[in-house]
Amino acid sequence: MKFTLPWLKDYLDTSAGLPAILEAMTQAGLEVEEAHDPKDELKQFTVCRIVSAKQHPNADKLQVCQVETVDGVKEIVCGGLNARPGLVTAYAPIGAYIPGSGITLVPKPVRGVVSNGMLCSGGEMKTDEDPFRLRIARFDDWKFRAEALGLSEEQAIADGGIIELPDDLKVGSPVADALALDTVIDFEVTPNRPDWLGVTGIARDLGAKGLGKFKLEPVKATKGTFPCPVKVRIEDESACPVFAGRLIRGVKNKPSPDWMQKRLKAIGINPKNMLVDVTNYISFDRCRPLHVYDAAKLKGDVRARLGTETDVFTGLDGKTYSNLSEMCVIADDSGAIGLGGVMGGESTGCSIDTVDVFIESAYFDANRTARTGRATGIISDARFRNERGIDPHSCVEGIELATKLILEVCGGEASEVIVAGKVPEGPAPVAFKPRDMKRLTGLDMPVKRMEQILRALGFEPVVPPKAQHDDQTIWATKVPSWRPDVEGSADIVEELIRIEGYDKLPDEKLPAPATLGVVVTPLQNRVRVARRVLAARGFLETVTWSFMHHETAALMIGGPNKLQDALTIDNPIASDLDYMRPSMLANLAQGSQRNADHGADDVRLFETGPVYPGDKPTDQRLHVAAVVKAAKARDWQGAPAPYSAYSAKADVFALLAALDQSPDKFQIGAPEGACWHPGRSATLRLGPKQIVGTFGELHPQFLKELGVDGPVVAIELALDGLPQAKAKPTKTRPVLDKADQTPVRRDFAFVVEEKVPAGDIARLALKGDPKLVSAARVFDVYRGASIGEGKKSVAVEVTLQPRGSAMTDEQIEAVAQAIVKSVAKGTGAVLRG
Amino acid sequence: MSASQSTQDPVPIHTDVKSWIAYVGSSVQRYLPDAKTVEISFAHKTELAGRLFEDAYKEAKVAADEQKLDGFGHLNEVLRGLAKRSSTLFEAYAQSLHSVSALEEARVEFIGKKGELNLLTRYLGQIVPSGRTVVGPVFNDMKAAFTTAIDRRRSELELAALNVRLEAEREDLTLPPRFEPVGALHPVMQVFEELAAIFADMGFAVAEGPDIEDDFHNFTALNFPPGHPAREMHDTFFMKPAADGTRKLLRTHTSPIQVRAMVNSKPPIRVIAPGRVYRKDWDATHTPMFHQIEGLVVDETVHMGHLKSCLTDAFSRFFEVPTTESRFRPHFFPFTEPSAEMDIRCDRQSGKEGGGEIKVGEGNDWLEILGCGMVHPNVLRACGIDPEKYQGFAFGLGVDRLAMLKYGMNDLRPYFEADTEWIKHYGFKPWLLPTVTGGLS
Repeated sequence: MKFTLPWLKDYLDTSAGLPAILEAMTQAGLEVEEAHDPKDELKQFTVCRIVSAKQHPNADKLQVCQVETVDGVKEIVCGGLNARPGLVTAYAPIGAYIPGSGITLVPKPVRGVVSNGMLCSGGEMKTDEDPFRLRIARFDDWKFRAEALGLSEEQAIADGGIIELPDDLKVGSPVADALALDTVIDFEVTPNRPDWLGVTGIARDLGAKGLGKFKLEPVKATKGTFPCPVKVRIEDESACPVFAGRLIRGVKNKPSPDWMQKRLKAIGINPKNMLVDVTNYISFDRCRPLHVYDAAKLKGDVRARLGTETDVFTGLDGKTYSNLSEMCVIADDSGAIGLGGVMGGESTGCSIDTVDVFIESAYFDANRTARTGRATGIISDARFRNERGIDPHSCVEGIELATKLILEVCGGEASEVIVAGKVPEGPAPVAFKPRDMKRLTGLDMPVKRMEQILRALGFEPVVPPKAQHDDQTIWATKVPSWRPDVEGSADIVEELIRIEGYDKLPDEKLPAPATLGVVVTPLQNRVRVARRVLAARGFLETVTWSFMHHETAALMIGGPNKLQDALTIDNPIASDLDYMRPSMLANLAQGSQRNADHGADDVRLFETGPVYPGDKPTDQRLHVAAVVKAAKARDWQGAPAPYSAYSAKADVFALLAALDQSPDKFQIGAPEGACWHPGRSATLRLGPKQIVGTFGELHPQFLKELGVDGPVVAIELALDGLPQAKAKPTKTRPVLDKADQTPVRRDFAFVVEEKVPAGDIARLALKGDPKLVSAARVFDVYRGASIGEGKKSVAVEVTLQPRGSAMTDEQIEAVAQAIVKSVAKGTGAVLRG
Repeated sequence: MSASQSTQDPVPIHTDVKSWIAYVGSSVQRYLPDAKTVEISFAHKTELAGRLFEDAYKEAKVAADEQKLDGFGHLNEVLRGLAKRSSTLFEAYAQSLHSVSALEEARVEFIGKKGELNLLTRYLGQIVPSGRTVVGPVFNDMKAAFTTAIDRRRSELELAALNVRLEAEREDLTLPPRFEPVGALHPVMQVFEELAAIFADMGFAVAEGPDIEDDFHNFTALNFPPGHPAREMHDTFFMKPAADGTRKLLRTHTSPIQVRAMVNSKPPIRVIAPGRVYRKDWDATHTPMFHQIEGLVVDETVHMGHLKSCLTDAFSRFFEVPTTESRFRPHFFPFTEPSAEMDIRCDRQSGKEGGGEIKVGEGNDWLEILGCGMVHPNVLRACGIDPEKYQGFAFGLGVDRLAMLKYGMNDLRPYFEADTEWIKHYGFKPWLLPTVTGGLS
């Protein structure tokens, strides 16, 4: 919302300067975005007078002028066609910045003649081009220049010239003073405060804030001299509860007066003609949108009704809208001629030729206006106000103000005012508890001060005598009709503290919590640990979109038929971000490719975050995923083994160990889903159905579909799928049971069928004597002719940990036998001879 | 051979080990006939030594006389002289050997089981105890001297050999080590942890909730009436509608977590709610997904004065400056009443040239940090909490922007692009654990 300082002062008697006004606005909740003070911006430009102008020796269009300036007489080269002796115009000295052309003046020769400054046009000063219209009015004075250059009047004026200022201005005075430009303030209007969309509403709050006296005289009604010939019918009272109208006949439409144009231009609205400008002016002056119809173009009665599917409407924006069902339509016998509260229609709009004007001042349901606005995409000042909720009591006042202004400028004769429907009840009175002030803000405010603030804002509290005040006291408070946002006691508290100033809030330490509990859940701690483990192992943490292309998602969940509507975004930001990700693998793999494309040769990425198998709150899972896309590393010590599925296994086991999960708990099983290489990846399972993670190479076909060059090795682990350690009764650790004997190590080589998993052999070796065997680790796998076709030799180092006394050779031999027996029974292995 | 005979001979110079041992051996052998039977008195011990090792005795006597030593002193001088002789001779011998194996052979030859020095000790058994105290130390000293000489030489040879080997083992340590990748943590996640550490210190637990929400938790319970223009500020992403016409949405703020916290627990409540949020907006300063952290305190007496103090302290800590001056301005949020925005004092001047640096805690500018306010009675009611009995405050802010302010990133978009250069540059080492006591960053 923009307004100018003099406009504000129409309604606020104040001697406050701009900084005090801005500060008061910010304190009262009117968040200032920009205060544009043209006086400040134009301070380099001063009034000057051209003493003489001679043709430039080297250029037809240029003249060399002697100019009387604030800095004395200067020789200035000027290209303005209208530069001539006696002209009062704007001077910019050397060193000045010219906002319109973005240059800073330097003493540079212009076609061989040094110019000691510049004579400026309005455009160069970035202000209104010709506020006095003197350049056109005095064309006869410089016609000779146009003729000499062979330009027509139109061309000459369009070609422009320097600004022409009134002759009586003093040389050296600021141009800004002559232009009488006003300071424009722009601020953010929060959606709860439609009243701030009118200058009167701003003045009221600033008055309450103590900045000056708020003054708003009631508009003097114009007595109608004839009945209004246009009849208005309300066919849907919920959409349009009240509609006031008046016809003014015999007007002479024309440009609006300079003072009105100046204000409208200052806030960025192009003046059109008086009838249209007056509606815009009142809309910004008091947040009272109006509409004007050319009565000659109306056919029959005006109706406010609900639109239908067959309604078609062409707006003032020239666009045609169809299917108006659920919208509030203003119609006559020809059909829809307006969208109530949003936009008027082209067919009945006013033009410069309008003679009889019908003024509409109505109240439209805010929610319906908002829905209509959204459905049509129309953005208008009327919609912006109506959907926030304007003052329903302002309908007649708005008409009277418009009448007064139109009659003053355009003449004509006003009809009686007609009002269809009923002004809706204003906001309900609020039961304000004065004790809520201290309770919610901590600030003790005297009762008198509370009452003073409320009355200044237009509230009407019923204040009982002071003696009767206690904690339960209630002030039945009438809420002003322009404040639909105030519904309860807390809203009143906000008004009080807002006007008093948030800087008056006490500064009180938050009391210590009643109990000091653990503030991070075990799962949250897992995320922290997992992130730090992976980062310590060389992975870079990423955060990637929660949404992805549905086709990418389909690749990971087993086909398009598995996609769910519930996980599809109806209005995605981009068509390739329309589905909630079932896994982070695709994002990470694609991320690794992007980095590779930029020349990175070893990319290790990870992410911890949500994935979405379903849309219910309990469906969301918390995963950690990582990918490695490593180029073949070269090293002078010999190439290291590439990052493989086994490397991923090392990382995933390190992760599990850091999360207090013994890797032995997990079974290594075949991968599931289309993402994974069928042979070079494996799942971690807690049971046949319960997969908690997968690691290994990604499927080459999957990578191809993603546009990623393989191989890419990955890890995916459900952090919330890992078993939760039982809460321990004590933090005390059990006593260390340190073995008193040195361990004994023995190697075994088992020959088995190729398909026997090596992990089984190690596991069975452990079972050979669970008490004595403390570890069994595969350290070699050998295939060769000596072993036989389809077989392999798996070498296992077994650690025996005796306790109490050392083992005898016989005991060791017995355990070895048991180990061989266990492995042979489980796998059909024979000891390698 | 008699002593008198010997005295006539010039003192024999034993230049090799064998002759020296032989000389000592022969000297002892001369004594053996008497040694078996005749104990000797102390006074005669010197005499005996003189007889046995006459040349050494002569030297010793001169030395002893010069020092005016008595008989016992004479004896010791003799023994010392002998030991010195052995030592000098054996050292020279050992030096003449140039390999560890030659040393080993010499050791076997002289002090091995059948070594020559060992053979000498056979005589000791034939000597009466009083004689042994003269002869015994001679033998022992000889053996010790021999061992010492051999060992010293062995060490010398070993050290020399080691030095030769080490000279050959020289490496070029300007060569690169094997490649080790270096990891880093994402700044947004780090800032989450920094904030969690600060608020944990004030007793706030961390609450979480789903990203896919329903209208009730994201809007209605938070006092956004259906159709209210405030809903439009949020540019909501909607899921495709279900068969019954209802449609879920992506939460536009983390406030639904607070709703869930209030619905699922009783006051007093003190939580922060971090998480991903989604709004349909994408330019240099907006991304369709970003991060928020919100806070909620509900109890019977907490008011805006507490809110002011709590947040001012929190952001002094966050920006790691001793104090922060804050400014609270009225604002509008449907879910708080009264509502405010909090600014903190800062200096943007210093950042004008150098790219986005903002100094917090000093200067003449204000930096908008967050929105906050007292929880709206309608919100408490919607969550089953009696607003007549309980009240509280809530606040919320964008974490991505906060990270930008603190760490000087000037563009939001790379946050979500998995760009390794960006993460390495703006990321954090894994061992940088944010704690209030240890410094956050």
